[in-house]
Amino acid sequence: MATQASRAAGRLMISPAVILLFLWMIVPLGMTIWFSFLRYNLLIPGDNPFVGIENYQYFFTDPNFWPALWNTLTLVLGVLAITTIGGILLALLLDQPMFGQGIVRVLVIAPFFVMPTVSALVWKNMFMNPVNGLFAWIARTLGFAPFDFLSAAPLFSIILIVAWQWLPFATLILLTALQSLDSEQLEAAEMDGAGAVSRFFYIMLPHLARAATVVILIQTIFLLSVFAEILVTTNGGPGNASTNLTYLVYSQSLLQYDVGLGSAGGIVAVILANIVAIFLMRMIGKNLET
Amino acid sequence: MARTVTTQRKVIVTAIAWTIAIAIFFPILWTFLTSFKTEADAIATPPKFLFFDWTTENYTTVQGRSNYFLHFWNSVIISVGSTVAALIIAIPAAWSMAFVPGKRTKDILMWMLSTKMMPAVGVLVPIYLLFRDTGLLDTRIGLVIVLTLMNLPIVVWMLYTYFKEIPGEILEAARMDGANLTREIIYVLTPMAVPGIASTLLLNIILAWNEAFWTLNLTASKSAPLTQFIASYSSPEGLFYAKLSAASMMAIAPIIVLGWFSQKQLVRGLTFGAVK
Amino acid sequence: MGQIELKGVTKQFGDVEVIPPLDLQINEGEFVVFVGPSGCGKSTLLRLIAGLEDTSGGKIFIDGKDATDLRPAQRRLAMVFQSYALYPHMSVRKNIAFPLKMAKLSQAEIDKKVEGAAKVLNLSSYLDRRPGQLSGGQRQRVAIGRAIVREPAAFLFDEPLSNLDAALRVNMRLEISELHNSLKTTMIYVTHDQVEAMTMADQIVVLQAGRIEQVGSPLDLYRHPRNRFVAGFIGSPKMNFIGGAEAAKHSAHEIGVRPEHIKAGQSGEWQGRVTVSEHLGSDTYLHVQTDHGLINVRADGEIGLHHGDTVWLTPDPACIHKFDANGMTI
Repeated sequence: MATQASRAAGRLMISPAVILLFLWMIVPLGMTIWFSFLRYNLLIPGDNPFVGIENYQYFFTDPNFWPALWNTLTLVLGVLAITTIGGILLALLLDQPMFGQGIVRVLVIAPFFVMPTVSALVWKNMFMNPVNGLFAWIARTLGFAPFDFLSAAPLFSIILIVAWQWLPFATLILLTALQSLDSEQLEAAEMDGAGAVSRFFYIMLPHLARAATVVILIQTIFLLSVFAEILVTTNGGPGNASTNLTYLVYSQSLLQYDVGLGSAGGIVAVILANIVAIFLMRMIGKNLET
Repeated sequence: MARTVTTQRKVIVTAIAWTIAIAIFFPILWTFLTSFKTEADAIATPPKFLFFDWTTENYTTVQGRSNYFLHFWNSVIISVGSTVAALIIAIPAAWSMAFVPGKRTKDILMWMLSTKMMPAVGVLVPIYLLFRDTGLLDTRIGLVIVLTLMNLPIVVWMLYTYFKEIPGEILEAARMDGANLTREIIYVLTPMAVPGIASTLLLNIILAWNEAFWTLNLTASKSAPLTQFIASYSSPEGLFYAKLSAASMMAIAPIIVLGWFSQKQLVRGLTFGAVK
Repeated sequence: MGQIELKGVTKQFGDVEVIPPLDLQINEGEFVVFVGPSGCGKSTLLRLIAGLEDTSGGKIFIDGKDATDLRPAQRRLAMVFQSYALYPHMSVRKNIAFPLKMAKLSQAEIDKKVEGAAKVLNLSSYLDRRPGQLSGGQRQRVAIGRAIVREPAAFLFDEPLSNLDAALRVNMRLEISELHNSLKTTMIYVTHDQVEAMTMADQIVVLQAGRIEQVGSPLDLYRHPRNRFVAGFIGSPKMNFIGGAEAAKHSAHEIGVRPEHIKAGQSGEWQGRVTVSEHLGSDTYLHVQTDHGLINVRADGEIGLHHGDTVWLTPDPACIHKFDANGMTI
């Protein structure tokens, strides 16, 4: 609903954003795709011959690939399970009347604002360290041998750290969704004879389903590219026990200088993320209709 | 109408909620306490919670040894710079999509969102090589460019959802009253959208401040923001808990404070308006 | 000044023709009301005149000059919106001053005009408040104030009273009428409420599906509707329509009788049974089930008929409207 003149102005004003994003998306991605078909190592000077799908063959047959894929999925699913279930429970709790609700909220949300390198270092050294860490002290006090988290269960430890960072995110969004639930709906259900448990399963949970889906999809996008936590705590080790796809590509391209191979890995990561993205975009797109 | 809740129930809920909240917050609290301990107290067994000799020595040591303020300043410039740049590009775009929507507006919005879905690692190699060849590696301007483009979709989206809530009739009234496009945006739209623009600004500063893929991969020393500075504590300083804690507190304190102010907007920004 | 003329104006949204070619002449100083059911194109027509939408064809003349391609601000028209469209971040004073500021008037002149408008509209004590602190009626007056300070060629009102409660609506209706009497400026007023149209207009333009069904003074439309649509739309309660044999008696396809033109009594032409009776004291409304369908009757004063009573109805023969098969008045 507007005039020609304002429509022309609209096109003019949207173009910088569109052009910049288009370049940002198409140029590097195009280069990645191109590189992934070349034999291209920064340590080996000379031509970079076209080798077809050789890099992809190497990448898929790399002994680190399948563990990395497996680690990526374990990391994503582990964190999702903890944060979604924990988030729903926490949201239900925080929605109850209590003293100092504002402060409780503030405390719970705080970990989300901690930069990944800090949370990784703090957890690694001050909590999970087998000698001086707080967990080791608790174990010794209770009469157990201290557990060396990052050597014995590196992936599990990283899942814990990442889940701690994302639990507030899930809680905050689910709590917001919960508070948007019309209280008359709950009262109507109560008048209809539904008890607290039934009200949770028949009214609240369906209402939360949408927000929970959004939480899961958005977290998946971010969790597929967890990087700093791994770099700081384990460097992907021991061996490849905590290497995910992102870290694998990083080590191939910036540590081993194999541009071709790293690019092939990058494309694989893009494809994986896009599968999730399609679902997320459908959700958000539906919301745009209104 | 809210019903009265028995005090007993409220007390129980309060106790449970506070216990859980403190447990979640504990790593930050512990870091805070440790940052004021001597190194010996920091690794004492049993751990000392409150009764130790409080000292601010760690903070001065960290600043002296690793030039904290340089990195702090880098973080400020990179996060604020990229956010402001993104806002300047995004405000006109969001205006256009909210008030002169065309048939393709929805597609453009979704496409912008899709660029955000691309994992950074997919373009790591070309960006790294482009930066190396253009001398942008380890420069603040280089990071500002990358983070601007990275956060642009979120900024456009957030502004779009805020602008959508401003009734178009008000802008039409301004047009009838003789305002041209520039004045319409300066005198009417922007003042009305100030809360939305402010929260967009805040959330994006937070996201840029904590960004830890590009900052780690594209900087080394002179333009390194706090993410990289802390990562450099990985070893061997990581074993000096008090200093590690002091450095950590300095890196996260400003942003936690900002974050507490923008809780509500956070939900909206991070879910692209799907949850409000 | 303030004469507006539309010549062959059309509007399409994509492939949908909202307004087929339309001609209309609005004379200087007239109060013209566009009325019609929702979706009839009356708001679009107003926005075309305002310049907030482009015409797809045809010309718009304001005071004899072609204004078709002028920007809204250049047309010397002022508009009052349905939502009032006040600037929430500005005080009442700044809201009213905004168009003057855009016209780059001196501060002294602006102050003088704002004070003047505030006085006329009883807003003087609210000048430093924000719109959010005002009641609906006050906001409405601020919107009008913002329109009158510009001394426009014509005022455009887009359903300005629909957000007010019933009592306030009657008040504002009077205020706007008074304003028109004192300013004598052309006003174009869009509404879906035929009561507003009847009470305020010099000329009513009845629209349906983008077409003008009839133009005329309120009583003209009431007494001589050109077709069945206008007959049914103007007047409250609505006209009763009766077809079949009863209409054939008057050699018409269908006849229409207004509720106030039917007498209820112990004897008469049509026998029926009262289904609902509404007693207002001043009037009595009867809903009567007859062989010719449900007929509404409006009687002056109180008549003691209730649910279930049998009643005879007699239409006033001078006030029977006759329509042909196409719905046109015979």
